[in-house]
Amino acid sequence: MEFGFTTAAYVVSAVLFILSLGGLSGQESAKRAVWYGIVGMALAVAATLVGPGAGYWFVSLVMIIGGGAIGYQLATKVQMTQMPELVAAMHSLVGLAAVFVGLIAHIELGRVLAMDDSAKKALGGFAALLAKKDGVEIGILRVELFLGIFIGAITFTGSVIAYGKLAGKVDSAATKLPGGHMLNAGAAILSLICLVWYMNTGGFFPLFLMTLAALFIGYHLIMGIGGADMPVVVSMLNSYSGWAAAAIGFSLGNDLLIVVGALVGSSGAILSYIMCKAMNRSFVSVILGGFGGPAGEQMAVEGEQVAIDTDGVATALNEADSVIIIPGYGMAVAQAQAAVAELVRKLRAQGKNVRFAIHPVAGRLPGHMNVLLAEAKVPYDIVMEMDEINEDFPDTDVAIVIGSNDIVNPAAQDDPNSPIAGMPVLECWKAKQVFVSKRGQGTGYSGIENPLFYKENTRMYYGDAKESLNKLLPMID
Amino acid sequence: MKIGTPKEVFGGENRVGMTPESAKQLQKLGYDCMIEAGAGANAGFSDALYKEAGVEVVKTAAALWKEADIVAKVRQPEAVELKRMREGQTLISFFSPAANDKGMDAAKKTGTNVIAMEMVPRISRAQKMDALSSMANIAGYRAVIEAGNNFPRFFTGQITAAGKVPPAKVLVVGAGVAGLAAIGTSTSLGAITYAFDVRPEVAEQVESMGAEFVFLDFEEEQADGAATGGYAAVSSPEFAAAQLAKFREIAPDMDIVITTALIPNREAPELWTKDMVESMKPGSVIVDLAAEKGGNCKMTVMDEKIVTDNGVTIIGYTDFPSRMAAQASTLYATNIRHMMTDLTPEKDGQINHNMEDDVIRGATVAFNKEITFPPPPPKVQAIAAKPKEVVPELTPEEKRAAETAAFKAQTKQQVTLLVVGAALLLGVGLVAPASFMQHFIVFVLSVFVGFQVIWGVAHSLHTPLMAVTNAISSIIILGALMQIASGSFLVILLAAVSVFMTGINIFGGFLVTRRMLAMFQKS
Repeated sequence: MEFGFTTAAYVVSAVLFILSLGGLSGQESAKRAVWYGIVGMALAVAATLVGPGAGYWFVSLVMIIGGGAIGYQLATKVQMTQMPELVAAMHSLVGLAAVFVGLIAHIELGRVLAMDDSAKKALGGFAALLAKKDGVEIGILRVELFLGIFIGAITFTGSVIAYGKLAGKVDSAATKLPGGHMLNAGAAILSLICLVWYMNTGGFFPLFLMTLAALFIGYHLIMGIGGADMPVVVSMLNSYSGWAAAAIGFSLGNDLLIVVGALVGSSGAILSYIMCKAMNRSFVSVILGGFGGPAGEQMAVEGEQVAIDTDGVATALNEADSVIIIPGYGMAVAQAQAAVAELVRKLRAQGKNVRFAIHPVAGRLPGHMNVLLAEAKVPYDIVMEMDEINEDFPDTDVAIVIGSNDIVNPAAQDDPNSPIAGMPVLECWKAKQVFVSKRGQGTGYSGIENPLFYKENTRMYYGDAKESLNKLLPMID
Repeated sequence: MKIGTPKEVFGGENRVGMTPESAKQLQKLGYDCMIEAGAGANAGFSDALYKEAGVEVVKTAAALWKEADIVAKVRQPEAVELKRMREGQTLISFFSPAANDKGMDAAKKTGTNVIAMEMVPRISRAQKMDALSSMANIAGYRAVIEAGNNFPRFFTGQITAAGKVPPAKVLVVGAGVAGLAAIGTSTSLGAITYAFDVRPEVAEQVESMGAEFVFLDFEEEQADGAATGGYAAVSSPEFAAAQLAKFREIAPDMDIVITTALIPNREAPELWTKDMVESMKPGSVIVDLAAEKGGNCKMTVMDEKIVTDNGVTIIGYTDFPSRMAAQASTLYATNIRHMMTDLTPEKDGQINHNMEDDVIRGATVAFNKEITFPPPPPKVQAIAAKPKEVVPELTPEEKRAAETAAFKAQTKQQVTLLVVGAALLLGVGLVAPASFMQHFIVFVLSVFVGFQVIWGVAHSLHTPLMAVTNAISSIIILGALMQIASGSFLVILLAAVSVFMTGINIFGGFLVTRRMLAMFQKS
C-alpha cells in the first residue's frame, strides 16, 4: 500500500478524534461522538496494518482481539461506582505500552546503528525509518524516546497506585517514605543524569536506570496524595498518558500519535486545572500532597450537632416545595444512588422542584456523581453544576447533603485560616433547612471541622445513606 | 398568694386589669383572685361573671388593697391608691416611672415592688406581655373608626347608579404598632392608604399591609430603629425639613390623616403644621394619637374634638383603648397573665421576683425599697437587623473603564504568551532539524485544538471524557503495530504485549463510554 493512503487515513482519524472530543459538549451529541472515536480508531488501526512497516498481521490481530475480549468483559461488568478504578487501571496500561514501545525503539535503534550502509538499505519497516536518520535526528530521537519512557513509567506506577487507592487495596491516606519529596527530586535528578549519559553513549543501562527511577517517582508521588485529591490525580495521569503517546509519536515520526497524544494530554491538563480550581488549590500543592498548614488559629465551631429521626425528615420533605440534593463520595460508597433516585422520583411526582447540585470535585473522578445519578436514571436536566445552582439555595426549602463534607463547608468562606479557605463551596446552609446524611459524627477526609453541621438550620440524619433513605422512602407520600 | 384588681379610679377609664378568662388562667398558676365589686362593669364583665370564674368579689377598694399580695391594675395609681400600698406587696400596672415622682417615692417608702407594664423590654420573648403594643394596636384601629365616624364620605370608592364616589385617601404618619393597625384597618375599609415613617426599614412592613410608603428624596441614613429598641429616634433638622416639605405637598390630597409619631420620653414632634391643616379640604379628619404628649399637630386639643375654621375635624382623644374597654381589657389582662406566668416559674402561686431575668428586671421600677429605674440595657438585643450593604451602582463611564482595563489586561496577557511561545518555537527551530519541526508544528497545533475543544465539554460528561480519552490515547497501538515486524524476538514480544494491552484499553474505553452515555436521560 502507498504511504499516502496511510497518511490520508490518519488525517481522517485525527479529525474524527477531534470531533469525538468536541461532541462531548452535550449529552445528546456525545452519543454520536463516541462513534466518531470508534470509527477513527478502527480506521487508524486498519490503515497502519495495511500501511508501510507493518507485518505479523496474524499476531497483531490475535492480540487485538484477545485484548478486545478482555476489554469488553471489563466494560460490561464494571459497576458505575468503580469507574474511577477502571479509568486508573486503563491509564496504567497506556503507560506500560508507552514504556515498551519506547524500549523497542531503543533496541531497534541500537541494531540499526550497528549495521553498515548496505545492510541498512535491506531493512524494512520501522528499522528502515530509523536508518534514514542522521546524527542530529538520532540525538533528538533519543531524547524523544527517553521522554516517552520516562512519562510512560510514571504513568504506569502512578496509575497502579491510584487504582489501588481507589479500589481500597492500598491505604488511601497520604503516606510518604522518609525523605519525602527529596526522594522524588533525587530520582528526577538521577533521570536527568541518565539522559545526558544516554545521549553520549546510547547504552541500555542509563535507560534502564531511568526507567526504574521513573517507576519510583510514579509510585511515591501518588502514594503521597490523599483520597480526596484523586480527581486531580486521575486527570493528571490521563494527561500524562497523552503526553507519553505524543512523545512516542515523535520518536516514531507518526503524526497521528502526536495529534492524539496532544489532544489527550491537553484534555487531562484542563481537567486537572478545573479540579484544582474547584478546590482553590494550586496544582503543585495537590501534587506535593496533603493540605498546607493553616495560616493561623482556625475558628472554633460553636453550637452542637442536632440529630433528627426519619419522621422529621419525612415531614419536612412532604411540606417542602423545593429540594436540592448534594451528593458526595459517601453516596457512592453506600451505593445509595438508586435510593436517592427513587426519593427524587417520588418527590417529583408530587410536583416538587427537586434538583441536584454537583460540586466539580464531588466523588473520586471528574463528573463521577453525574455518571452515578445517570445510572440510577435521574434525568440529567435536573442535575446542576455548582455555578448554576448556588444562587438558588436561599429560595430552597430543604437541602439534603448525602455523603459530602468539604464541598459544603462554610468555613471555606467564613474562616480565612481554614485550610480550605477560598475554595468554592455549595452554599447549602442558605436553604431554610439542611439535612445531612452521614454515618456518624467526626470530620471528613481532610480532617477539617465542618461548621455546617453545627448550624441552627442543620439537622444530622445519622446512619448509612442507603439504609436511611430506604427507611425514609415509605414515609414520603 | 392573692391577686387583686381594684376598680380604676381615674375618671372615664373603662378598662379593668383582670377578666374572668384571665382569672381562670391565674388560678391555674396557683393564685387566688379577687376583684373589687363593679370593677369590670364598664368593660362588660359583671360581678356575676367573675364569681362564676371563681373570683372573690370584694366590696371596697381599701379591703382589696389590704388583702391582696399582688395588685394588678391598668392606670398608674392615684394618690389615694398610693397610700394603700404596703411593704411586700407587688403592684403591676402602667406607672410612667420617668414622670411619676410621687409614685416612685411612695413605692420606695412603702417598699412595694412595682412592675411597670410600659417598661417591658421590646424583645421577642417579652412580646406576649407588651401591653404598650396591645393598647397601641387598639388605638390604631379605633383612630380609623373614629375618623370614619367624623368623615362625611365613604372610605371605599364606588361607582353607583347615583354617581361615582372617589375613595378616601388616608395618610398614616408613624408606622409603629398603632400606625400599622391603622393602616390595616384603613386598607380593609377600602381607602387608598399612604404611610410614612422616619425608619426606612419599615417600608416593607407598610407595603405588606397594603399601603404605599411615602419616600423622601433624602440621602441621610436614618439611625436604625433596632438600636433604640425598635422606637424612632430624633431626626436631624434637615431631615425634618424634607419631611415637612413632603407632607405639605401631599396635604391637600389627603382626606384623613392619622399621626402616631412618638419619641420615647420626649414631646411629640410637630409633623402636621397649621398651614397643612389649612390646605386640607373641608370635612377632612385628623386623628392625633400623640395628643397626650402635645400632639403631632399643634392645633390638637387633648381629649377633645375640634373643628377648624376651614372645616377640618381634629380629634385629640387619648382614651381610645378605654373606648373599646372589653377588647382592651381582654388583651391587657392577658398581658398581665403572661407577666404572672413569668413571675411564677414553679406554678405554685408564689411570686419568684427574679431580678436576673431581663424582662422582669427591665419592668421592675421599685424593688425592696430601692428605685430600680432606669434598668440596665437588656442582655439580649432587640431585633438587630444588619444594615444592608448596597453595592454602589457603577456609572456607565466606570463600567466602560473597567471593561477597557480588563480588555487591555487580557490583550497584554495573550500577547505575552504569544511572544514567549513564538520565541520558544524559534529557539527550537534554530537547533532542530526540519523533520522534527514538521512534527512539532503538528504537535503544537494539536495541543491548541485540544485546549479549544476540551473547554466546551460539559462538566457532567467529565467521566465519559476520561474514558474516551483513555480509549483514544491507546492510539499508541500504532507504534506497536509498526514495530512488531521489525527485528528480533524480544521486539516482537514487547510489541505484541503492547498491542494486547492497548487492545484492552481501546475496547474497554469505548464500550464503557457508550454504556455511560446511554444512561444519561432527559426527564
